Amino acid sequence: MAEVLVLVDHVDGAVRKPTLELLTLARRIGDPVAVALGAGAGATAGVLGEHGAVRVLTADAPEFAEYLVVPKVDALQAAFEAVSPVAVLVVSSAEGKEVAARLALRVGSGVITDATDVEAGEQGPVATQAAFAASYTTRSRVSRGVPVITVKPNSAPVEPAAAAGAVEGLSVSFGAAATGTKVTSRTPRESTGRPELTEAAIVVSGGRGVNGAENFPLIEALADSLGAAVGASRAAVDAGWYPHTSQVGQTGKSVSPQLYIASGISGAIQHRAGMQTSKTIVAINKDAEAPIFELVDYGVVGDLFAVVPQLTEEINTRKG
Amino acid sequence: MSLRIVVCVKYVPDATGDRRFADDLTLDREDVDGLLSELDEYAVEQALQIADGADDAEITVVTVGPEDAKDALRKALSMGADRAVHVEDDDLHGSDVMGTSLVLAKAVEKTGYDLVICGMASTDGVMGVLPALLAERLGVPQVTLLSEVAVAGGVVTGRRDGDTASEQVEASLPAVVSVTDQSGEARYPSFKGIMAAKKKPVESLDLDDLGLDADEVGLAGAWTAVDSATERPARTAGTIVKDEGEGGRQLAEFLVGQKFI
Ligand SMILES: Cc1cc2nc3c(=O)[nH]c(=O)nc-3n(C[C@H](O)[C@H](O)[C@H](O)COP(=O)(O)OP(=O)(O)OC[C@H]3O[C@@H](n4cnc5c(N)ncnc54)[C@H](O)[C@@H]3O)c2cc1C
Ligand SMILES: Cc1cc2nc3c(=O)[nH]c(=O)nc-3n(C[C@H](O)[C@H](O)[C@H](O)COP(=O)(O)OP(=O)(O)OC[C@H]3O[C@@H](n4cnc5c(N)ncnc54)[C@H](O)[C@@H]3O)c2cc1C
Repeated sequence: MAEVLVLVDHVDGAVRKPTLELLTLARRIGDPVAVALGAGAGATAGVLGEHGAVRVLTADAPEFAEYLVVPKVDALQAAFEAVSPVAVLVVSSAEGKEVAARLALRVGSGVITDATDVEAGEQGPVATQAAFAASYTTRSRVSRGVPVITVKPNSAPVEPAAAAGAVEGLSVSFGAAATGTKVTSRTPRESTGRPELTEAAIVVSGGRGVNGAENFPLIEALADSLGAAVGASRAAVDAGWYPHTSQVGQTGKSVSPQLYIASGISGAIQHRAGMQTSKTIVAINKDAEAPIFELVDYGVVGDLFAVVPQLTEEINTRKG
Repeated sequence: MSLRIVVCVKYVPDATGDRRFADDLTLDREDVDGLLSELDEYAVEQALQIADGADDAEITVVTVGPEDAKDALRKALSMGADRAVHVEDDDLHGSDVMGTSLVLAKAVEKTGYDLVICGMASTDGVMGVLPALLAERLGVPQVTLLSEVAVAGGVVTGRRDGDTASEQVEASLPAVVSVTDQSGEARYPSFKGIMAAKKKPVESLDLDDLGLDADEVGLAGAWTAVDSATERPARTAGTIVKDEGEGGRQLAEFLVGQKFI
């Protein structure tokens, strides 16, 4: 059967959830062949095999950590040439998109970014995209070369499917461009212990209405009662109340959880661009005219300082 | 020696307006106001700051887009860029990111550059990959998604805030940089700047000038195809309650009904 390359997003061998979602999508098109690069690449094979990877191609070299993006493009290209896949799927992270686009150019293929679904079609894989802050849904194809598609997290369920997952070493020779941009230092992001924003099933966000860093624990307590990730609007981030890495929206993270709860967020177009594809949307805002209410499945017009603690308490009580 | 900075700026439909697709499934530019992509203002700003810190620098802004795209160039010139290049050709209509990056690469090469600066993403296509493609095509380092950037002694350095880590990166010029909206507020054009912009040179180039064929770009040369674009149905009106002391509990009730609790 035709093989589909899946670039593995992992941290020291721990495979991140969006990659497992890609394996679900890849199986609709063919047999997934995973490509895992960098430190811990070999350790990914177990879980990848449990999720349908027939083979896992691994490569490790200092270049992957010491230089930006291009070493991974060189490696993915080596895998592409070794496998002759019918499609390439990559997670829609900032780096994933850059790797995908450069690979596509090198192999003479079109690229589609930020797909929210991928299906097999008569003329090859068909990707669904959300355009203009998700006010449009488009269906697109790659019309030249082997489709290279990046897929947003939470676009597909994670479905176990046992496969061989046999590990094979991938031999990579780096081109001159690979060492062009040196990473001179790296500060890992501190883990909050909460789920990753882009991967979380539930996201609880706070905006300008939260009115100060000292009040964000209110939002965090609600998030913790639901096992959710915490997000923030740009207004809250720019005011220094919450880290930029938590910003949801056009220039922040794009999320599509099962449930999104916005507190004290008006719903500006740039914020909507990052959350409008959430399955269920809930808002708490004291202004009944706030545009966020146009999107909600359930909205409470009220003061978040009263509603959020009551909600949190009620959830904690019900959970027992 | 003069530092040649080229800033790529895109003319986009206003995000606060009614953005639509035209009948041929390309961007409807007729019925919507356009403007310089707000995220490219950050690129112009960083170019101006880098130029200020250099002995001698010249900033050229480049756009690929229809007649109206000159507005984006004017805005960048009024912020302080020195000159502009407008790539305009009917055959460019419907270009995908491969076509657009090809045209920009040719235009940047023709202009001459030591440093190319882009925004982090356009506010319409929002792919965020054009700068990486430009670096691949030009064969120079990509130093992208920087929230801080500096140039000294022929080396560009910056901070890239990624998903799992924040990285300090560096590359020798020539290079392609893209900057995020965390890189520093963009200045407003001054009245003097707006007046001065009117006298600054805007060069127009077409495909011939760049040595490109019509079938390499536009809808004809696109490597991707849009089969359909449908307006997302307005979300069915949700339940909205006014908090009269029970709002939190009512919301909890809803979440239980939806099996989130
Ligand atoms: C190029 C560009 C990119 C951008 N990218 C992003 C992005 O990625 N993400 C993003 O979020 N924004 C982004 N923005 C900014 C965006 O336009 C808005 O300014 C921002 O989203 C507003 O944040 P907010 O909703 O928290 O604040 P506001 O719009 O000020 O809304 C605050 C809301 O809180 C409510 N409120 C106040 N007090 C209370 C209370 N006690 N209880 C309940 N409700 C209360 C108010 O009624 C109001 O509706 C971008 C803008 C531009 C130009
Ligand atoms: C809703 C939508 C979805 C699309 N999806 C795809 C897709 O999946 N695949 C595909 O191949 N094409 C796609 N396109 C077409 C693509 O957006 C354009 O070809 C575009 O010019 C390049 O991509 P971008 O604007 O998203 O660039 P980005 O990569 O988001 O832009 C980054 C930076 O590149 C520079 N830049 C981008 N375009 C120009 C320009 N014309 N002139 C000067 N500088 C520029 C700017 O500095 C900008 O900040 C899509 C377009 C739309 C409107």
